[in-house]
Amino acid sequence: MSEQSYVRTEMLSEQPAPLGQTGMLKWMRENLFSSIMNSIMTVVSFAVIILVLMQLIPWMMQPSWVSGSLRQCLDDPNIDGACWGVIRDRFNQLMYGFYPHAEQWRPNLAVVLMLVAVAPVLFDKLPRKMVWFSAIYPFLGAWLLWGGSAWTPILVVAGFAIGYIAFKMLHNMVGNMAMIGAVLAAVIWWLYGIGSVSAWLHSMLPIGIEAVPSSQFGGFMLSMTIGISGIALSLPIGIVLALGRQSDMFIIKTLSVGYIELIRGVPLITLLFVASVLLNFFMPPGTNFDLILRVIIMVTLFAAAYMAEVIRGGLAALPVGQYEAADALGLDYWKSMRLIIMPQALKISIPGIVGSFIGLFKDTTLVSVIGLLDPVGLIRTIQGSAEWNGLVWELFLFVSLLFWLFCFSMSRYSMYLERKLQTSH
Amino acid sequence: MKKSVLLGTIAAMGVMAGVASAGTLDDVKANGVLKCGVSTGLVGFAAPDANGNWEGFDVDICRAVAAAVLGDGDAVQFVPLSSKVRFTALSSGEIDMLARNTTWTFSRDVDLGFTFTGVNYYDGQGFMVRKDLGVASATELDGATICITTGTTTELNLADYFRTNGMSYEPVPIENNAEAMQQYLSGACDVYTTDASALAATRASFETPDDHMLLPEIVSKEPLGPLVREGDEPWGDIVRWTLNALITAEELGVTKANLEEMAAGTDNPEINRMLGTEGNLGEMLGLDADWAQRVIAVGGNYGEIFEANIGESTAIGLSRGLNALWTQGGLIYTPPFR
Repeated sequence: MSEQSYVRTEMLSEQPAPLGQTGMLKWMRENLFSSIMNSIMTVVSFAVIILVLMQLIPWMMQPSWVSGSLRQCLDDPNIDGACWGVIRDRFNQLMYGFYPHAEQWRPNLAVVLMLVAVAPVLFDKLPRKMVWFSAIYPFLGAWLLWGGSAWTPILVVAGFAIGYIAFKMLHNMVGNMAMIGAVLAAVIWWLYGIGSVSAWLHSMLPIGIEAVPSSQFGGFMLSMTIGISGIALSLPIGIVLALGRQSDMFIIKTLSVGYIELIRGVPLITLLFVASVLLNFFMPPGTNFDLILRVIIMVTLFAAAYMAEVIRGGLAALPVGQYEAADALGLDYWKSMRLIIMPQALKISIPGIVGSFIGLFKDTTLVSVIGLLDPVGLIRTIQGSAEWNGLVWELFLFVSLLFWLFCFSMSRYSMYLERKLQTSH
Repeated sequence: MKKSVLLGTIAAMGVMAGVASAGTLDDVKANGVLKCGVSTGLVGFAAPDANGNWEGFDVDICRAVAAAVLGDGDAVQFVPLSSKVRFTALSSGEIDMLARNTTWTFSRDVDLGFTFTGVNYYDGQGFMVRKDLGVASATELDGATICITTGTTTELNLADYFRTNGMSYEPVPIENNAEAMQQYLSGACDVYTTDASALAATRASFETPDDHMLLPEIVSKEPLGPLVREGDEPWGDIVRWTLNALITAEELGVTKANLEEMAAGTDNPEINRMLGTEGNLGEMLGLDADWAQRVIAVGGNYGEIFEANIGESTAIGLSRGLNALWTQGGLIYTPPFR
C-alpha cells in the first residue's frame, strides 16, 4: 500500500463540454450541417430566405400609412413599394363591413362575451356554473349582432320551455313519441308565435337596441359570424350523425348515411348558390329569409357531414372492449355514450375536429362568390373605388394575416388540448 | 290529432304563400326601401366609400329611382351581386331592379325574361397597349398575345374581330380585372382587352399611365342599362322614365343648381310637364307631380351624374363620346315628355 504515491483527495472541478458539443454549434452541426447534402440544402435555403426578405422588407417598409389614394402613393417620391394607406382608410370596413359606426361596440362586446362563453368549455379549471352563460350566449350574441327588441331572444329561449311543457303533457298520452309533438310545438312557436308576441310585448315595454339588418354585415365580422356559428352548430349535429351512422336502427342509419354521403358529395359552393339564388324560387314571394342565415345553415349542414365522419373515425378507433365494458356496467345507451364512449372518441378525433374547424373557417371566404362582402369580397369592392383601383398585394396580405392569426390560435389550442388530455404513458 | 295539426300548419303556409305581391311599386312602397342590385365593385360605376356609402354611375340611377318612388335618394338597399348571380337575384325577386353595367342583348331581353328600361352608358370593347409597342391601330395586332377575361362576351367579340380581319392572336385567359392588370404590367401579354370604360379606369391606376394607350378601335357594342323583371310594366315604366327624366333634364338645361327656379314654372312647356307644374304625367306613372324634381335633386341631370362619377374631371377621365346627347353628336336620346 505504501507504494501508492498519489491519491487525489479532492474532486476535479467540472469542465465545460467541448465547444463542438454544446449550445448553438452542436445544434447547428446536428440539425443544419449533419451531412454534405444537408449542408448544401441549408446554405441554399438560407440564400433563398434572405433573397426573399431582401425584396420583401424594403417593399413593406414604406412611409405610406397616411396616403389617401393609390395615386398619392405613386406620385410620392418617398414611396416605392407597398401602399398601406388602403389599410388605414378601409380598416373599419375590412373588420365590420357596413355595420354602423356608432354600434360597433356590439360586435366587439359579442366577441369578448364569446371568449367568456367558450372559456368554461375550453378550460376545465373554471367554475362549472359558467356553463349556464355559455348556454345563453348564442341568443345573447345573436341579439347583440342583429339588435332589435330584447323580447325576441327571450321568446326564442321560451320556445324550449314550450317544447318541454308539450313533451310533459304528451308524454302521458303517447309515451316516447311525445318528442315529435314537443319539437313540432317549439317549431310552430318559433315560426308563427314569436313575431306577433314579440311585437306585442315590445309595444307594452320597449326594451331593445337598434336593429342592424344582415345586409350591413361584412368584413371579418361576417367571417366570424358564419364561421363560429358553423363551428358551434356542426359539432353537436356531427356527433348525432356519427352516432346515427353507427346505429342498429335501420331508418336512423339510412338517413344518417344518406345525409352524410349526399352532402359530402356536393361542393360547398353549390350549396351556397342554392342558398343564395335557388331557395328564393321555392319560397312564397315576399318572404324575406335572411341571406346570412341561409348561408349559416348551408355551411353548418356541410360542415356537420364532415364532422360526422371525423367523429366516426374516433368511434371506430375505440377498442370494442370499451363498448362491452359500458354494457357490463349496466349503463343504458345514452349514458354509456356520454360517460364512456364519447369522451374517448372525441379525444382521439381532436386533430381531425380542429382541422375541420379551420377548414370551415377558411371556407367562409367562398361567400364572396355569392356577393356577400366578407374580407375577400371586400377586396374586390375596395378595388372598385376610384382611390384604390389597382391595389392587390397589400389587401390580400392583410386579409391573409387576419385569417392566419385566427387559424393559428385554433391550431395551438388543439395542441394544448391534446397534451392535457393525454392519458397514455 | 297530430295529423290535423300538421295539415293545419301546411295549410297555414299555403295561405301565407297566397298573399302574393301585387306589383313591385307597391312592394317598394310597403318596404320603404328600394332593393337595387349593383356590382360588387366597379370603378366609377358602383363601389362603397370608406364610410360604406355607395357611389358611382349605376348607383346614382338607383338613387334616382328611389327618389322618384319613395322621395328619398338614400332609401336604397344596395345589394352587391356577382355577375354569376345577378340575373337569378332579379328574377327571384330578391331585388327590385338591377343597375349593374349589364349589356342589353337579345337573349337577356327575350330569353331570360327581363325588360331593359334604357341605356345609361354606351360602352364597347377596346384594346390597351404599351406605347413602346409602336402600334397605332388594332389592325396591326396580328400575332399579339392578348389578356382576356374568360366566359364573357369580350372573348367572343375578340375571336370574331380577329377572324373578320384575317389575323391570329395568342389568348392569355384571366379571371378578373385585377389579375389582368398584373399580367399586363408584368408583360405576360402585349394587349389587354375589355370594355373601354374599364380599360380607361385601369390605365388611370397605373404608375405611369402615359406609357400606355387605348387603341382607337371599338370592336363591339355594349349598351349598358338598368333592367327589371318582365311582366310588371308599371314598374318598368317608372325606371324607364326616371332615366329619361335625367337625360331630358340635361337636354333642357335643368340642373341641380337651377332646379328650384325651373320648378317654379318656365316658358318651356316640356320642362313644366316634366317637373309637374303642368299636366298630370306623374299621376299617370302612379306617382305624384313632383317626382321628376326629386329625381334631378339627388345628383343632378344625366350630364352632372356622368361628370361626377366617370367624367373627364375624375380619375377615370372618360369623355362623353357616344354618351353625349344626340344634339351634340352622341347617342343619348329620349322620347319626349308629353
